[in-house]
This record gives sequence, structure tokens and C-alpha cells, in this order.
Amino acid sequence: MSLPGTAARANAMTPEWRNRMLTVRGLRHAYSADRLAIAELGFQVNSGEFVAIVGPSGCGKTTLLKLLAGLLKPSAGSIYLQDRIVSAVPEGLAMVFQEYNRSLLPWLRVRANVELPLRYQAINAPERNARVARSLQAVGLAAFERLYPWQLSGGMQQRVAIARALAYQPKILLMDEPFASVDAQTRADLEDVVAKVRMQFGITILLVTHDIDEAVYLADRVIVLSSSPSRIVAQIPVEMPHPRDQITTRASDNFVAIRSEVAKLIRRPAEEATL
Amino acid sequence: MSKGTVGISEFKAAAGPVRGSRGPMIDLLVGTHSRRIFGVVVFFLLLEFVTSLELVPAIYLPRASSVVQRIIELLQELKFLQHVGATLYAWAIGLALATVMSVTVGIIIGSSNLAYRMMTPVIEFVRPIPSVALIPLGILLWGQGLSMKVILVAYATLWPILYNTVYGVHDVDPIAVQTARSFGLGRLSILRHITLPSAAPFIFTGIRVSASIGLIVVVGAELLASADIGIGSFILFVSSSGGHMDSVLAGAAVGGLLGVLINSLLGAIERRAFAWRYMGTDAQ
Ligand SMILES: Nc1ncnc2c1ncn2[C@@H]1O[C@H](COP(=O)(O)OP(=O)(O)OP(=O)(O)O)[C@@H](O)[C@H]1O
Ligand SMILES: [Mg+2]
Repeated sequence: MSLPGTAARANAMTPEWRNRMLTVRGLRHAYSADRLAIAELGFQVNSGEFVAIVGPSGCGKTTLLKLLAGLLKPSAGSIYLQDRIVSAVPEGLAMVFQEYNRSLLPWLRVRANVELPLRYQAINAPERNARVARSLQAVGLAAFERLYPWQLSGGMQQRVAIARALAYQPKILLMDEPFASVDAQTRADLEDVVAKVRMQFGITILLVTHDIDEAVYLADRVIVLSSSPSRIVAQIPVEMPHPRDQITTRASDNFVAIRSEVAKLIRRPAEEATL
Repeated sequence: MSKGTVGISEFKAAAGPVRGSRGPMIDLLVGTHSRRIFGVVVFFLLLEFVTSLELVPAIYLPRASSVVQRIIELLQELKFLQHVGATLYAWAIGLALATVMSVTVGIIIGSSNLAYRMMTPVIEFVRPIPSVALIPLGILLWGQGLSMKVILVAYATLWPILYNTVYGVHDVDPIAVQTARSFGLGRLSILRHITLPSAAPFIFTGIRVSASIGLIVVVGAELLASADIGIGSFILFVSSSGGHMDSVLAGAAVGGLLGVLINSLLGAIERRAFAWRYMGTDAQ
């Protein structure tokens, strides 16, 4: 059997690899000769870790996620999911797109939207139904499964997209500014939904956001990218216990200190940071 | 919602399903449906008035009411209904053939960037050639019978369906496709679950536009070929025997009525089946 992505394996199960979900080395991407989006990126994400990626608009965050998801071929560098090199769309990875409304299918009801990817997985109908129900429940949309996406508000549509990814039960979930287009209250609610299901399902999450507060509130580690072509400016560990709370966590000294550190870094040019 | 992208969407808008635009003034008086009937009645009365003046002798231009009466009589004659049936039969086969061919070829052209760039100029060039002009050639090649009619209808109705399929398939939202790919769907599953459903409204519009064109072509071909049977041959027969202008016009009017009927039937199906297309922006 030659599934895509099974060809090259890293030295399987050396201690270094055992706990590793994602490994990115020397990653570079140019859309064309004069359009370098990602200069050079290298980082790792451990199993079960929640990593947030922040960076200025247009720095290549979406490009990075598409590379990780196997939707784009990198110009250079390599990506490993666990111990397998990513050369096509890998198994066990789900992505929530920035343009959530375009990623939902308007001719399918909420339920069918969530179910569609599962129909191509080797799971039987009862299990499929159970997963759909559970993930809609998790995002608080169980009562809306018979509606069409366009009958829902933006925040609800975003939750459908999240539910679809959860039902897929990925090992790693990539989220591209998933809360960018909702109001502050909905945003806080959605953040807590993600924090909760992350604990519940134990998935590894890579979240792209340009909201520093959100990154610090949710993540175990924040990766700060420079402006395009992007490099890593810094990686800041966020040592705060889970579960976190919108009011008390955000008011804590620790939170305030980390967020201002990240804010300072995000303004610093890459050259200076890499010295 | 951003269905369809820039540039091409203008073309599609021309052929695309259009929502009934309501004139606010008239809307206060009558609803959409009764407004249509109202328009037809006004038009009929106007025709009746003009024809009753007999500016042209009634033998050339009969009264509107006598044409209507003739239509009613004809619709009760088996022989005439057989003409209608023959026309519809050739039309349906031709349209079905065209649909199968155009949708297949359209999917292939629309899903390959190279084929798309090569073929769209060709389609743009061939499409505006009026198919009616090819009727004499068709008669020469395939005679007067059913196959001639079917081939001409198929040819004429091919283009709008092909055109709409190509653009519908090519314009499928890349985000929707990437989403499906990221969930591990292969090419065929993406075609089935993403590309085809999202192109379906455009394909259907192409079929609806083609349906009317096909009807014109089949009647025209019957008329020019002096075919044995069909609305066109009925019109030719009654006009050549002289003094039956009411029958000639009645035959033509039945052809027109069929067109209206088919178009509104397909329009109704379109609005039901593709309701999601209209809902994106102004739900709630
Ligand atoms: N398909 C493409 N073809 C060519 N250039 C592209 C393409 N997609 C993105 N780019 C360019 O690559 C750079 C990075 O784009 P990307 O969308 O990854 O940024 P981003 O960090 O996600 O931005 P935002 O925060 O606004 O979402 C930008 O300069 C953009 O113009
Ligand atoms: Mg982006």
C-alpha cells in the first residue's frame, strides 16, 4: 500500500520523535520568483500542545497552514506529521479556514456539512452519526443541524466549520483566524469552546491569529512571525494553568506580562530578532 | 456571500437565473403573478383593437380573438396534437443529447486550466452563430426527418449549456475545494460533492436558455424542410393552402405558448432546487 505521505519516515520512535506531532524544518515558500511569502521557518509542536502563531497581516500565516495541510508544495524545507513527511494531504489533519463561509457548502444543511468528510473515512453510519451529534453538541449547535449555513449568523457558521473539523477527529487541528469576523462576546465564547474541546478531545492545535490577547489566552506557546517574507521572531512559552478563565486569566499579572512581551516582539523587525 | 468571482460573473449574470425584479409602483397594485396575467390581457385587448380596425384585410391579418378561437379548436384536434407531439419529441431528444454532451465536455474543459484557456475563445466565437442559419445545411445533410431535427436541435442547444457548464465548473470556489481536499476527498469525490453542485445552477440556466432556442430551431427546421409532421410543417401546410391566416398564427402562437410553458416550468424548478443561491446575502 502506498498511501500519500507514507514514503519517507523519520527514524521512527526515537525518544526525540515520540512526543512530536509536527516538525517543520527550513520551510520556504515563494508563490513566484518575486513573491517570497515565507523566508525560512523551523519549529516543532508536541502532541497535545496548543500553539498560537501571531504575525502582521500578509506575513504568510495562511500560506504556512496550507503548506502544513499539504495543499501547497513548499519551495524548500520539509514538514513531518509525527514521523511521516508531508508530501500530499496527510491523514489525521483538519483545517478550519479563514473564509469559513466559503468553506461551508450552501446547498447542504448544517448536519450534512459536518458529515461530508466522514463519509470518506472508514467509519460506519452509527459511529458517523454519533460523531456528528457529539461535535455539534460541543459547539452548541445541536438544535440547528437542520438549517442551512446561510440561515445562521457568522459566528454560528464559524462554529459549524469548527464542528466539522472536530467530527473528523484529527490528530492535529489547524485554525486560520477562526474568530476574526465575529463580535467580542461571540469571540470569547468561541475561544472557550475551542479551549474546552481541546481538553475534551485531547487534540493538538495550531491556531493562527493576529489577536495577541487571544493567542496568550489560549495557547501553551506563542510563535511570533515577522512581516513578509516571514521568519520566526520569537517563541514565547505561556506558563499558565488550564482551564483558563476569560476574566481572571486575562487580569492576571502573568497574562499581562506575556502579552506585552509578545506585543513588543511583534513590532521588532526580523533581522534584529535573529541576531 | 461571495459566490462566483469577478470578470466572468458578468457573463453569467446575463444568462444566470434572475430574481423577478419588481417595479415598486406596480407592485402596490398587483402581485408578480397577477401582474403577468394583467400584462397579457392588456396586450391581447390592444391586439384585438388594432386588428378590429382592419387596416390590413382580415384575410391577411385576422382578429386576435379569432386566432384565439382557432387555437382552442386546434387543441381539440388529434391531428394537430400529433404535430405538437412530434415537435416536442424531436426537441426533447435533441436537448437531452446536447445536455449529456455539453455537461461532460464542459466539466472536462472547466476543470483543466489549460483546456479552459484554449477552449473559451473557441466557444465565444462559435456561440453567437445563429443556429437557424444552419438549418439549410442540416436539411442537405440529413434530409427532412426526425434525425435532421434532432441533430439541429442538439447543435443549437449545445452552446449555451456548454458555455454555462464551463464557467460554472471553472468558477467553483477554491476555498470550498481546498477544504474538501484537506479532509482527504479525492478528485472524483470533489467533482461530485463540490464542483457539480456548485455549477448546477449555471448548468440548469444553460438548459433553460437552450430549451427556448431548441424550440425555435425545431419549428424553423420543420418549416424550411417541409417535414411530414410537426408544428412547423402544420404552419407551412396551412399557409400554402391560402386563406387560413388564423390557423397559421394559431400554430405559431402554440409554439410560443409551449416556449413560455417550458420556460416557466424550468424557472420554477430552478428557484426551488437552487434556493441556496439566492439566500446567501439577504437571509434574515
Ligand atoms: N495564491 C497566491 N498567489 C500569489 N501570492 C499570494 C497568494 N496567496 C498569498 N499570496 C501572498 O503571500 C503573502 C502571504 O499571504 P498569506 O495569505 O499567507 O498572509 P496571511 O499572514 O495569512 O495574511 P492575513 O493575516 O491577512 O490573513 C502575501 O504577500 C500575499 O499577497
Ligand atoms: Mg491569512
